[in-house]
Amino acid sequence: MVKGRNRNRFEKRMLDQVKQALISYENIAYFKSFGRLYVKLNGHPYEPVADRLKDLFGIVSLSPVRSTEPELEKIRAAALAIMQALPEQPATFKVSAKRAWKKFPHNSQEMNHLVGGHVLRAMPELKVNVSKPEIELRVDIQEEATYVYYDVIPGAGGFPFASNGKAMLLLSGGIDSPVAGWLALRKGLEIEAVHFHSYPFTSEQAKDKVIELAKRLSYFSGEPIKLHLVPFTEIQTTLVGAKSDNLIITLMRRAMLRITEQLAERNGAFGIVTGESLGQVASQTLPSMNVIGRATELPQLKPLIMMDKHEIIRLAERIGTYETSILPYEDCCTLFLPKSPTTNPNLRIAEKIEALIPNYKQLLTAAVEGTEQLMISPVAETAVQTAGEDSWF
Amino acid sequence: MLYFDHCASTPPYEEVVKTMMEVMKSQYANPSSLHRAGTDADKLIERSRALLAERLQTTNGKWIFTSGGTESNNLAIKGIARQYAGRGKHLITTQIEHASVYDTFAQLEQEGFRVTYLPVSESGHIRIEQLEEALTDQTILVSVMHINNEIGSIQPIEQIGRLLKRYPKAMFHVDAVQSIGKLPICIEEWGIDLLSGSAHKLRGPKGVGFLYVRESITLYPLFTGGSQEYGNRAGTQNVPGIVASAKALRMSLDSLEQRERRMRPLKQKLIQIISGIPELRLNGADPSAAHIIHFSYPGMKPEVIIHMLEQHGIMASTKSACSSKDDKPSRVLLALGVSHEQAAGGVRVSFGDEHEERDIDALGAALRHVVEQLKPLERRLT
Repeated sequence: MVKGRNRNRFEKRMLDQVKQALISYENIAYFKSFGRLYVKLNGHPYEPVADRLKDLFGIVSLSPVRSTEPELEKIRAAALAIMQALPEQPATFKVSAKRAWKKFPHNSQEMNHLVGGHVLRAMPELKVNVSKPEIELRVDIQEEATYVYYDVIPGAGGFPFASNGKAMLLLSGGIDSPVAGWLALRKGLEIEAVHFHSYPFTSEQAKDKVIELAKRLSYFSGEPIKLHLVPFTEIQTTLVGAKSDNLIITLMRRAMLRITEQLAERNGAFGIVTGESLGQVASQTLPSMNVIGRATELPQLKPLIMMDKHEIIRLAERIGTYETSILPYEDCCTLFLPKSPTTNPNLRIAEKIEALIPNYKQLLTAAVEGTEQLMISPVAETAVQTAGEDSWF
Repeated sequence: MLYFDHCASTPPYEEVVKTMMEVMKSQYANPSSLHRAGTDADKLIERSRALLAERLQTTNGKWIFTSGGTESNNLAIKGIARQYAGRGKHLITTQIEHASVYDTFAQLEQEGFRVTYLPVSESGHIRIEQLEEALTDQTILVSVMHINNEIGSIQPIEQIGRLLKRYPKAMFHVDAVQSIGKLPICIEEWGIDLLSGSAHKLRGPKGVGFLYVRESITLYPLFTGGSQEYGNRAGTQNVPGIVASAKALRMSLDSLEQRERRMRPLKQKLIQIISGIPELRLNGADPSAAHIIHFSYPGMKPEVIIHMLEQHGIMASTKSACSSKDDKPSRVLLALGVSHEQAAGGVRVSFGDEHEERDIDALGAALRHVVEQLKPLERRLT
């Protein structure tokens, strides 16, 4: 739970985010109360709304709530209806009433008994367990209405979008980087994605794939994501020409960080998120990351660093990026791979090679200048959705 | 001309013809080619596929384009049988399936599968209890058509799907060639694993079929020689046909409810007319499709009726177009338990969006006239 002054700010953001996510539903009503946000459906079906909210960051849990007038018999009936509609009958329960409206004739303690007793009479096989109930039925008595519910669906957790600043995400098109992006978003980071392409060594489809991944990420944030498409062909072919095959990945990654740093500066971002995972490939050993990481002074956030591949894949499947990630279109990171990339590069040698490349700085600047920006929104249409003429379909 | 043979094929929508022509002219590249023209054509196929998934509300499976309903049925049934023969060698279908299903099962019998052909009632419907009795732990496939193509009976697909949820080994195929665009179908909710459709039955072009295959099902392909359609169907895709088919599907689903509302009274009217001609017998009974009516003139060769109706400018049909060239009595009608005479004398009328009440009147008048003419010859013509 967030405390102090931050809390108000977070709650406000949360409300905006929920409103944005449910914008297509007309006349849904919202109100906040004690760290809870109430969404009044006004006739809209519960399932699709719950499905959408489940993926929003900053929500700890969500519950379907029955609202009823603050009258004892109506509250009892609502409580019983909820208990009888449970998908699986629990063995134990308890009632936790909270009388926020002090003019209600029964206090919280009395209400626990009055509602609990009513449920027990109708469902005699149930038992009350105060310390560890299977179902905790909550009765929230307010002046305008009483809300009866129990906690069910765990939310995505984390912080509301953009509540912790902005970073650049290196988005390759592989399995890892979208997961890293999702974890960054969950922690309340706003992200801008950076993708390096080496056309004609990489294809149009590789670009479509990255757009699709960015679109998926923007679904979770509920906000459009800026995608930077960096032309990397010149730099990559120049580095290949430097004839130090086993260092090529190191040199490429250093160039990427430098370009990203410049893009970060132009866009007000304060860190770089990558999908690196310790030991996964030659460039992700600690000695490699040391040499590569020194190319930038920005903090590098690596949410997957200590995760195993199968954990990353499971997350990728859960967030719905895996199927796209495994499409077989090559990205620039897998081009010109040497037979034996070094796992222990030498910083001084790397720096020396870079110093010997004529126009190294200009090449980086040209790449930054040549970067194309796209705004990818959750509802952005993909290349497939816009294929051909609309009148054909 | 009054065209009353919509079960055999339908007049394409204007817009579908236009799409077909424009795509054929401008998108001629091979969708498997790597260059931009090729990938553009490929995206058109993917957009068509996405349209099918969206309009038929499937989220967890794939749509495969084929050459038509017959191929979709063959691919589904043989694809499952040959892929999963190791799990069991028992298959279930009905006695009234279209030939592309029925004959496929007959072929599989020759390959060593055991096939149960479920009987139907006089109204043309299977009984769910009989299906339940037929199921064994060796059953790997149940294939039941949605709307029968000769008599229009509607099978209880939803209940079958519910029953089969208790038999996870048995996959459920539905031949929906006659029902897409005519009846609502909830593929995933009803537990359908495979579903066949055909574009030219819903005012699209000939030469395009589709097949829904639930996620995680693998089909043994009919063709070899390419990895098109997720490896399920080798061969260059029919790009203009596929795009035009997607459009036809969208248009016919858009007007589904309106179609039912328009056709039901037309069918009622025609039933009244036929019931008023004592020589004719209606075949099948509700629940049945709004666009199909089937009747017999027992003792009369149906070809004669077809040709005489033709003289009135009316196109009707004997049995299924796919088996109308042989002159045996209809297998479907025999399965209903009607007499040999009645089964040999069947005529099918199937109508579509262009028909109005006065067309039904014209058909009624022509029928009365034909029967008047034929009555004196009844005995001599058989």
